[in-house]
Amino acid sequence: MSSQGIEKKQSVQELIAQSRNKKGKKIIEKLMPLILIITAFISVLTTIGIIFTLIFETFEFFQRVSITDYLFGTEWLPFSGSEPLYGVLPLILGTLKVSVIAACVAVPLGIAAAVYLSEYASDKTRRIIKPILEVLAGVPTIVYGFFALTFVTPLLQQLIPSLKIFNALSPGIVVGIMILPMIASLSEDAMSSVPNSIREGALAIGATKLEVALKVVLPAALSGIISSVVLAVSRAIGETMIVSLAGGATPNFEFNVTGSIQTMTAYIVQVSSGDAGYGTTIYYSIYAVGFTLFIFTLSMNLLAQYISKRFREEY
Amino acid sequence: MRYIDDTVVMKRMKSRLKVNKFWKAIFFIATSLALLALVILLIRILSQGMSYLNWDFFNNFGSRFAEKAGIKAALIGSIYLMLVIAPVSMILGVGTAIYLEEYAKRNKFTDFIQMNISNLAGVPSIVFGLLGLTIFARMLFLGKSILAAGLTMSLLILPVIIVAAQEAIRAVPKEQREASYGMGATKWQTITRVVLPAAIPGILTGSILALSRAVGETAPLVVLGIPVILQFLPDSLLSEFTTLPLQIYDWAKRPQEEFQFVAAAGIIVLMGLLVVMNSIAIFIRNKFQKRY
Repeated sequence: MSSQGIEKKQSVQELIAQSRNKKGKKIIEKLMPLILIITAFISVLTTIGIIFTLIFETFEFFQRVSITDYLFGTEWLPFSGSEPLYGVLPLILGTLKVSVIAACVAVPLGIAAAVYLSEYASDKTRRIIKPILEVLAGVPTIVYGFFALTFVTPLLQQLIPSLKIFNALSPGIVVGIMILPMIASLSEDAMSSVPNSIREGALAIGATKLEVALKVVLPAALSGIISSVVLAVSRAIGETMIVSLAGGATPNFEFNVTGSIQTMTAYIVQVSSGDAGYGTTIYYSIYAVGFTLFIFTLSMNLLAQYISKRFREEY
Repeated sequence: MRYIDDTVVMKRMKSRLKVNKFWKAIFFIATSLALLALVILLIRILSQGMSYLNWDFFNNFGSRFAEKAGIKAALIGSIYLMLVIAPVSMILGVGTAIYLEEYAKRNKFTDFIQMNISNLAGVPSIVFGLLGLTIFARMLFLGKSILAAGLTMSLLILPVIIVAAQEAIRAVPKEQREASYGMGATKWQTITRVVLPAAIPGILTGSILALSRAVGETAPLVVLGIPVILQFLPDSLLSEFTTLPLQIYDWAKRPQEEFQFVAAAGIIVLMGLLVVMNSIAIFIRNKFQKRY
């Protein structure tokens, strides 16, 4: 008995000693954090890669086209052989048209859906509707583009006979449908995080559910709601396939929404699928447009982060 | 003396309740409109595409003729693409998450990485395409290959996987780690034998959802110049290929009406693939996810 116990003790000590002496383990303990830091650094490298790629190629573009012509020009005619014009404003206007229409569709509907889900719907209804909204958010954009081109545009043409096949209205509405789930679910999160005690306080002094929703919950959740809208609009600005399929390829500096347009993203797609030769001005122009797009979306994302941090109500 | 006139209060209350009911109906209609959009979209695509969905459609390559057009190359290409994206993005994403959750101290550098990840998630996919075109396709001479597209897409979904993995790792209770240390395990042993096994269902669920986003993504591939119509199957990581969304994009662009039906049939295949992937993710979440 006793000798066995001693043996066991020894073996445990030996085991500990063995494991201490294992060189491989020591190396792994030291090595793994380093490897993990490298993987973590890849995400930083990606950002650096994006920024440097865009800056270098855009710089090359501005060797050939003057910055003022690019920023303030109102004509975007890169393919006119003799005298190409690179004024980015029509592309920006096209992008803004689509985004504004999308916001007009998605903001009221999205916030209304969020109010319904967070303030009125029963748990059971919420458990059915929220996954459906997730499905809506998971539909690939190419499918939405096809839907805009083959269903929404013909439908709108019956209402507005002057509507062209390619226009800003139809992709705008469909982009709105695409970003709706994002606004609805992020706003719903913001509203659900308003504590129940505040709601109950308002109900106790005789407020109706609507008054609670509009005068108590909405103001308290406003920072979250606004940042969800900003994020969604930033997504609309960067949206590519819907506008390439249904928006057309004619950049123009007009404010009507029934004619063909071109957005920044759609221009990049047009040039890429047309095989522009490497090193031509047109080739570099997609980086300049991409850089412009990147600045738009980045500043909107930073704005959304700022709003949600700065104006958050803490409970 | 009464300060409150009951009849006036009741009258006002009634009208306020009416307004409440009215707006409740408006909110409900708004919610239903979103659901209606999904239903219309699905019905439209099913009714357009179903008749073109047959064995030949799966077995034919792309074609200029609608009747002969098939999806074989695109479907195989999409699956090959996934085989590149899944390991690359998961190794990078989970590695980053482990570093941030288990090793990194809260300092400015960590905050910077975290902020960088959330901003990267908001970069439009087409910009990732420009990155891939310059870095992978031109500088590393990968051209229009599966590898170039796969690496580009991996970076695109990397932020999503990192965040999902971070949440899964954070959900493993501290006591389990401490118990492991108490038994004499080292940090790396604790991570590989305690934390990761507990976090794997959450990581997998998030990764599959991110992967399904990559499968449906089109814009970066267009920028990379991935060809649309191919008459052969890819035979290595460096060969040219095409994917489902690209093939659908090409069909949808064509002016002939028949190609709209072919595009709809392609969409059914793509959506079917996504439904399968999402079901697997939900199954893993419900079956294996532990709650502490």
